[in-house]
Amino acid sequence: MISVENVSKWYGEFRVLCDCTSAVARGEIVVVCGPSGSGKSTLIKCINGLEPFERGSITVDGISVGDRRTNLPKLRARIGMVFQTFELYPHMTVTENIVLAPLKALKRSQEAAAARAVELLERVGMREYAERYPGNLSGGQQQRVAIARALAMDPIAMLFDEPTSALDPEMINEVLDVMTDLARDGMTMIVVTHEMGFASQVANRIVFMDEGRIVEDSPKEDFFNRPHSPRAQLFLSKILKH
Amino acid sequence: MAGIDLAYLVSTLPLLWEGMQVTLLLTVFGVVGGIALGTVLAVLRLSRTKPLALAAGAYVNFFRSLPLLLLVFWFYFLIPLWLGRPVGGYYSALISFILFEAAYFCEIIRSGIQSVRHGQIFAGLATGLTYRQTMRSIVLPQALRNMVPVLLTQGVNLFKSTSLVYVVGVRDFLTAADVIGTRDNHIIEMYCFAAVVYFVLCLAASISVNRLQRRYAL
Repeated sequence: MISVENVSKWYGEFRVLCDCTSAVARGEIVVVCGPSGSGKSTLIKCINGLEPFERGSITVDGISVGDRRTNLPKLRARIGMVFQTFELYPHMTVTENIVLAPLKALKRSQEAAAARAVELLERVGMREYAERYPGNLSGGQQQRVAIARALAMDPIAMLFDEPTSALDPEMINEVLDVMTDLARDGMTMIVVTHEMGFASQVANRIVFMDEGRIVEDSPKEDFFNRPHSPRAQLFLSKILKH
Repeated sequence: MAGIDLAYLVSTLPLLWEGMQVTLLLTVFGVVGGIALGTVLAVLRLSRTKPLALAAGAYVNFFRSLPLLLLVFWFYFLIPLWLGRPVGGYYSALISFILFEAAYFCEIIRSGIQSVRHGQIFAGLATGLTYRQTMRSIVLPQALRNMVPVLLTQGVNLFKSTSLVYVVGVRDFLTAADVIGTRDNHIIEMYCFAAVVYFVLCLAASISVNRLQRRYAL
């Protein structure tokens, strides 16, 4: 459903992405991991066109992201995204956060959008917080609302950009639980994360990046049991020690 | 000075009120015109088209580097030479205020927009909103909340600065007080009364700014 072919990207002289190639099938859960600054976040921001790339091509459901003629808002409406820093709109209530894009981009009716928001809040366990403002919620609660906001567009795939990195340890699980649920329901997901527990339980495949390159792209059993690149071996030995 | 003659003060109120209307009108038109022009300038300054951004930047730096009084003189004395007819004190003052305030409002609006985290734009775009929708529903409402206190403070500043119209013979509140005081030989009362009025109005404005700020803080 999502294919990335030979994508390269530069920030000035610095090459952040270097010939990245991978593909994600419908219903597949792919975890992207690697050291900081390896280009993981940049890569998934390229997939919905939030970051432009200079070389290569990315297609989502047959539509080319890099093509100038592509209607990017329309394409993005079909891909949900969750950010490390939640990015809920602070001047809107939880419900308003969720219904904004369905109202404006999908032209849904207020009633339909509100009814869907209730369903989704129920699903992420935030029903009773519908009229609160984001500033009054904990990080984990905000992130669950952010997931509901992304799901409100009925996306065909979800992108997660380090969804638990800004959370207190006690709140990480409530977010991972929601994500695991989504995965069980068959959602196509690309998750940038350092949560190796989540990766080993939920992922189908692991993409390991280093210095802008995809160093390893293999089924999760292979990645955890016999990583072939020395860089991935080193990474695993460090993070799995404790 | 044998106490304040209340009956005398009351007798001057109609003339003072006429002056106050001029002051308020100049302030309101100055603020509205300044915000309108300032918004355009701010959008240009943030534009990705370099020449537009540079031109707006040059405007801001130019007008912020001149004394407001000089601008008023300029429009009162020099522009008529070029136009071939007088502009009049009121309009030369109003035009100067708008042009001058626009430079400040531009900077206030620009920093207001930039105070909104870039991630908010990403979040809006990622849900399928267009750039315009993202600006209108997500960025500008937050920017405005951040800006309101500074915008109002700037308005209060202009309210006081309008007294500069004295020099081009427009009878605003302060000029009216001066004229009446000189005419009736009650200068001390009039100057004190004018000070009290300015003080009360400006204090009330800044108290309400603080209230607003607390109410709309994000």
